[in-house]
Amino acid sequence: MNSELLIWLLPLPPLLAFFFIVLFTNRTKWLSHSIAIGAAVLSFLGTMVLIFRAIQTDHFGEHPIQSSINWLPTGDTWLQIGVMVDPLTVVTLFFVSITVLMIFLYSIGYHNFGQPKGDHDLPGLPPHGAVKADVHGHKKLVLSIEPMYSRFFAFIGLFAFGMYTLVISDNLLTLFVGWEIMGLCSYLLIGFWFAKPSARSAAIKAFMTTRIGDVFMLLGIAYIYSATGSLSFQEILSPATLEMLVQKSSPIVGLTAAGLIGILIFIGTIGKSAQWPLHVWLPDAMEGPTPVSAMIHAATMVSAGVYLVVRMFPLLSAGVGHSSLPPPMVAMAVIGTFTAIFAATIAIAQNDIKRVLAYSTISQLGFMIAALGVGGYVAATFHLVTHAFFKALLFLGSGSVIHGMEHGVFATGNHIDPQDMFNMGGLRKKMPVTFWTFTIGGLALAGFPLITAGFWSKDEIFVDAFHHQPFVFIILALSALITAFYTMRQISLTFLGKPRSNAADHAHETPWTMTAPLVILGFFAITTGWLGIPEDFPIIGGLVPNWFHEFVGSTLTVHPETIPFHPVPLITSLVVSLGGLGLGWYVYRKVTDEKVDPIQRPLGKMYVILKNKYYFDEFYQKVFIQPSIRFSEKIVYAFMDRTVIDGALHWIANVTLIIGKFFRNSIDMPIVNGFGDLVGNVTTKLGFIFRPLQTGKVQQYMIMALVTLVAFTIIFYYIFF
Amino acid sequence: MIPLSWYLVFAAALFCVGLFGVLARKNAIAVLMGIELMLNAVNINLVAFWRYLGPQDITGQVFTIMVFAVAAAEVSVGLALFISLYRRRGTISADEIDLMKW
Repeated sequence: MNSELLIWLLPLPPLLAFFFIVLFTNRTKWLSHSIAIGAAVLSFLGTMVLIFRAIQTDHFGEHPIQSSINWLPTGDTWLQIGVMVDPLTVVTLFFVSITVLMIFLYSIGYHNFGQPKGDHDLPGLPPHGAVKADVHGHKKLVLSIEPMYSRFFAFIGLFAFGMYTLVISDNLLTLFVGWEIMGLCSYLLIGFWFAKPSARSAAIKAFMTTRIGDVFMLLGIAYIYSATGSLSFQEILSPATLEMLVQKSSPIVGLTAAGLIGILIFIGTIGKSAQWPLHVWLPDAMEGPTPVSAMIHAATMVSAGVYLVVRMFPLLSAGVGHSSLPPPMVAMAVIGTFTAIFAATIAIAQNDIKRVLAYSTISQLGFMIAALGVGGYVAATFHLVTHAFFKALLFLGSGSVIHGMEHGVFATGNHIDPQDMFNMGGLRKKMPVTFWTFTIGGLALAGFPLITAGFWSKDEIFVDAFHHQPFVFIILALSALITAFYTMRQISLTFLGKPRSNAADHAHETPWTMTAPLVILGFFAITTGWLGIPEDFPIIGGLVPNWFHEFVGSTLTVHPETIPFHPVPLITSLVVSLGGLGLGWYVYRKVTDEKVDPIQRPLGKMYVILKNKYYFDEFYQKVFIQPSIRFSEKIVYAFMDRTVIDGALHWIANVTLIIGKFFRNSIDMPIVNGFGDLVGNVTTKLGFIFRPLQTGKVQQYMIMALVTLVAFTIIFYYIFF
Repeated sequence: MIPLSWYLVFAAALFCVGLFGVLARKNAIAVLMGIELMLNAVNINLVAFWRYLGPQDITGQVFTIMVFAVAAAEVSVGLALFISLYRRRGTISADEIDLMKW
């Protein structure tokens, strides 16, 4: 198969799987997941073939695989849509296809395939467990299969389709289509357990919040189209077009067209990648099933946001040679850096195992955005790839922990929150595979030196930041320190020490469908980092060629320079990661049963603020949500709808009624009805008058006939004679 | 020879007797008998007119025989009706045969 056709076909298997499962296989659980996984495998294989071909092509960056068709006639030209695979697409497809496949596989075990149906399980609620008798006849509570098992696989199939579409697009329009499909899927999947009010509101929150970004992004796309007449990346990112956009001034004073478009597009990313101030939806998205969290946080949704800004980087950085930094880059640097430290600080005060990871995602996405803001194109992409692997690993690991804890909760029968880390502890002996893989993921997140992938990508961000914007560098270093600290806090609380609840004591390793993806992702969470070891790194630099920088850097027309080695970022990186990990271990090494966070006392009031996420939810509630609800109730509903619109309608109705009454009383009742009644009444009265004639006595009739005959005879006689 | 008018007066008287019987008698069979009298009055007229006005033709006699036949048929149908009526209602009084009343 030639490469162009292969790219076109790449997103199709998950889409077909979606339709097939939705239409036909709801009853057959094993078929549902087989189809979904088969589709993921097909896309995965296609991706691998593509990657293999791409690597073998010399100067792939200058000659991307591209294919497009005419789609919409616009006047005398055509709007073209198409697919393109360049080095950036290749590395994105690489992590997307692997993480998607792993998450699909993991979902089988997570949704308890093979377990009995729960007696009280309802669609829209997490399974409550089923009673099962063991060989000795003892009845016990075990995990039960998810009631909407097939629907889940259909939705994640559609989700994967959206991501593949987005990644292989060669233009902003189809990218936006994929972007919105993912928005829909995130809504459906976060609200997968829709009978829980918290899940419902989280789904709405996620959808509405990302929508704010999407609207701005659509404006940006519209502006690009009106300014350049094209949406294809190759045209809008060509040097000539960029130069034109930089020269052109925008309707907003002080911004060039390129600057305005860049900022609008970046707002789309703020929404999708949960950057401050639109970060609020991502932690709430934890209400969905854990594979969905992994899907959103690693494989698809938030990565799509970063992918967009990486893809549009030439536009965002257009005019970088001029006097000052382009505004989009400044915005990215500021918001990325701020988000990185902001989310990291919140994460240290969260007790829910998934919420900690959610905030770490926001923080790490901040790193990527900040890296782009300081010009670290390759560094951002690199961190995107490594982050996808270790964050997918962490989320699936946390899902495995929760699953093990739920098993413990069912076995012991005391109902504690299986997601609260203070109820865990000592799980390393109960769930060894989960422990080791989670630790690998955690160390990668913390940037544990030399071994883990996270170290290499984060180090590269540090190098770029140190080289271009030292202030950004300092903040990011601080965030990395906090990251390492809360990661170790999480590992210590979850796995180390002694079990702090009965449930944790009875926790149980999860089935192979869940642990196998963990192991595979653990492998990638370590090895992907080795693809991008800088050439002039002390001792080990150059052992493995810095393939990543060469390959991804070739996407840009101006090849990004390799920044010479400097000891400061490296030492900082070592210090913050090891220091943070050490500190975390020291503080949390012996948390006992009292379930009080050791950092609560030293942080004081700050702890409460962090615990409440800087009160952003409350703030938004007060400033945006409640006013808009009040606006809807008082102005739109009570005034506009009830008073103005309903009033006008009622007025029209009343007038019509009056006219109708007039016609009824003056025309219909007296004339039309009157005539009808008259005919009837007269007939009745005549009947009453003539009724006595009908005596029924035949002789009387005959007398009448005789009299009449005689009478007529006499009359005729006098008339005619 | 007896003049024609005598016959006619006699027939008229007979017709009136029959008519009175039809209109005044309560017994339905008497009513039928009244009808027979009226028919026979007509027959007398027919025979009288034939004898005095056109004795060369036999039209009056033929007509009379036809009236006899019709009268016989009529009486047989009427009597059958009355028998049926009597079986059903136990009476043949003309006053009580009033099912067609309003």
